[in-house]
Amino acid sequence: MKMFRIKGGIHPDERKDLAAGKAIETVPLPSLLRIPLQQHIGAPAVTVVEKGDEVKKGQVLASARGPVSAAIHAPTSGRISAIGRFVAPHPSGLPGQTITMRPDGKDEWGELPAPIEDPFAVEPDVIAERVAASGIVGMGGATFPSAVKLGLRNRNKLETLVINAAECEPYLTCDDRMMRERSEAVIDGIRILRHALGVERAIIAIEGNKPEALAALKAVCSANQFKDVLIARVPTRYPMGSEKHLVQTLTGKETPARALTADIGVVVHNVATCYAIREAVRFGRPLISRIVTVSGGAMKRTGNFEVPIGTPISHLIDHCDGFNKEPDRLLLGGPMMGQPIASTRTSIVKGSNGVLALCPDETPARQTMPCIRCASCVSACPCGLTPFEMAGHIRKEELDAAVKIGLLDCIACGSCAWVCPASIPLVQYFNYAKGKLTAQQRAKHKQEETKRLTQFREERMERQKRAKQEAMARMKAEREAKKKAEAEKKRAKQETIGA
Amino acid sequence: MIEAMAVLFGLGGALGGGLGLAAYYLRVEGNPIAEEIEGLLPGTNCGQCGYLGCSAAAEGLAKGEIGVAMCPPGGKTLASQLADKLGVEADLSGMKDKGPVTAFIFEDLCTGCTKCLKRCPTDAIVGASRQMHGVVDDACTGCEVCEEVCPTGAITMRPVTDTLMTWHWPKPDTGLAA
Repeated sequence: MKMFRIKGGIHPDERKDLAAGKAIETVPLPSLLRIPLQQHIGAPAVTVVEKGDEVKKGQVLASARGPVSAAIHAPTSGRISAIGRFVAPHPSGLPGQTITMRPDGKDEWGELPAPIEDPFAVEPDVIAERVAASGIVGMGGATFPSAVKLGLRNRNKLETLVINAAECEPYLTCDDRMMRERSEAVIDGIRILRHALGVERAIIAIEGNKPEALAALKAVCSANQFKDVLIARVPTRYPMGSEKHLVQTLTGKETPARALTADIGVVVHNVATCYAIREAVRFGRPLISRIVTVSGGAMKRTGNFEVPIGTPISHLIDHCDGFNKEPDRLLLGGPMMGQPIASTRTSIVKGSNGVLALCPDETPARQTMPCIRCASCVSACPCGLTPFEMAGHIRKEELDAAVKIGLLDCIACGSCAWVCPASIPLVQYFNYAKGKLTAQQRAKHKQEETKRLTQFREERMERQKRAKQEAMARMKAEREAKKKAEAEKKRAKQETIGA
Repeated sequence: MIEAMAVLFGLGGALGGGLGLAAYYLRVEGNPIAEEIEGLLPGTNCGQCGYLGCSAAAEGLAKGEIGVAMCPPGGKTLASQLADKLGVEADLSGMKDKGPVTAFIFEDLCTGCTKCLKRCPTDAIVGASRQMHGVVDDACTGCEVCEEVCPTGAITMRPVTDTLMTWHWPKPDTGLAA
C-alpha cells in the first residue's frame, strides 16, 4: 500500500519492551469503585440510581444527557455507597460528581440487551443505537462518544474507515496486546463497525514496531479471506496516532483546518473501541472495563491489565507490587500527552490507556533557557506551525496574535517541547492560551446573557408599570361612571317625585 | 485678477457655508463612541461607578470624566478593553481586581424579605416572601446591589472558584525575562 509522508514528527525512545511481552492480566476487584460521571467529552451523565441501591453488573448507573454524552454502567455487582463529589482523574485535582460503589464480590451480570445475532444483517442505525446505549467512547484517550461518530454517515459521504492501531506513544502497549491476544474479536469488531458506517473498506494502521500484532491480524484476515479489511504498516514516528496525520499518511489527503476527517470521507476509530463495540453488539455487554498498561522505571512490576472502570489507581499500583523507587512523575496516559495524576485515589476511566511511574533518569529535569530561535520546534511540528513564535506571543499575553498564526490548529502533541534545546515548556504555553481563550469566550457569553436578562427585567418592569397605570385609570373611570350613574338615578328620582 | 479673487472668494464662501450648514443639520446626536463603549459594559446598571446606569457611564467614559478602571464587575479585563477602545494608556497595576465574584446568601440569616430579589438587575435571585432566597450563579454578575440592600447582612460576595469545566493550565513560570 502506498504511504504518504507527513511533515515533522519525532522519534522518542519507545520503551515499549517494558510491558510489550506481558500478557493481559485481570485485576482482582478493589474494595471500592469510584466512577466519575464525566468520563467523556460532552455533558456529564445523569445518575439514575440512588445511594443504597443494589446494582447488578452492566446495569445503567447514569444515562447520557444531550446529544454528545455517554451512559455509565456498573462494572460489577454491588451496592451504591455514595453519590457525591470526589477528586476527579484530572490534572487540576478538583472534585467532580462521582458514584462510589462497594462490590459484593459476586460479580453477577444483570439483564443485558439481547445480543444482535447477525450484525451484518441489521440496519446500521440499530448498531449505532446499541453503541450509544453501551456508553462506548473513543478509547485512544480522546473519549469522544462513538455513537456520535457513527452518526456522521448521515452528514458526510464516507468512503473509508481507518482503525487507529498506531499506538505511537512510548511505553503504551495495551492496544498491541489486545491485537495479539484477541485478534479474531478485534477483526470482527472492525467489520461490524465498517458495516455500521456503510463504507466499503476498513484500513487498520499499525506502526512498524508491532510486528506480532500485525502478523496476528493478518493471519485472521487471510484465514477467513476477509476482503474488506486492509492492514497497513505505517512508519514508526510520533505522532502517527493523531487521526488527521494518520489519514494523511494513508490517503495523502490533508484534513482542512478545524474540520473533521469525515469532511474528506474518512472516519477514524481506535482499535480498542472496535473491541468494545463488538462486545456490545455480539453480547450486549456495555463498556465497563478497559485494558491499561502499567509501566515506567519506577514500577516494581509492569504489565497490561484488564481493569474495571472506577478502579482506584492506587489499587492498580498495589497489584503491581508498588514502586521500586520514588517516582519522579506519575502520569495517566502516555509520556507525551498524558496528564499528571493529582492523587492516586482517583480512578481508571474509559479513556485511561496507561499508568506510568517514571523515575528521574526517564524525565531529565532541565533548566529552561531563553529561546535562541533555532527553529527545531518548527521542523518537529507535525502541523506546520511555528511554536516558538506562538509561545513568544503568549508570554506577552498577545493571545489573538497567537491564534492568527495557528494556535487553534495545535494538537498539543508535545513534539516541539521534546526537541527544544532550551527546554521551554511550549505545550504548557499553548494549553494555557487555549484555556484562557475559552475562559474569555465564556465570560463574554455570560455578559451577553446577563445583558439579555437585564433587558427582560426592564421590559417587565415597564409592562408592570403600564399595567398599574391602566388599572388605576380604569378604576378611576369606573368610579366616575358609578358616580354619574348615581347622580342620574338621583335626578330621575327627584323628577319622579317632582312629577 | 478680480475674476480670480471672485472665484476663490465665491468657492470659499460656498464651501464654508456648506460645511456650516452640514454641521448644523447633519450633526451627530451624542458621542458615537459612547454606544460602542456601552456594548462593552456589563449592562446591569448596578451603579457602582457612580453613574445612574451603564449608558450614562459610557457617556462619561467617552467624555473622559472617569477613568477606565471604574467598573468593579468588569474588573481588569474590561478596563484593558476600554483602554484599547479609547486609545488611552491605563496603569492597571494599582486597580484592585477581586476577580469574578458571585453573591451568596447565608440561609440561616435570610428572612425572606424579598428586598434583594426586587433589586437584582439580572433576576439572579430566586425566592418569595418569607421564603429563603437563593442565587443562580450563572446569572449573577457580582454587582453587589443585593449586598447593600440586605437588612440582615445575609448576603456576601464570594470569589468564583475553578471547577472541572473552567479550570485550565496556568501560564508557565520559567523565571525568564519576557
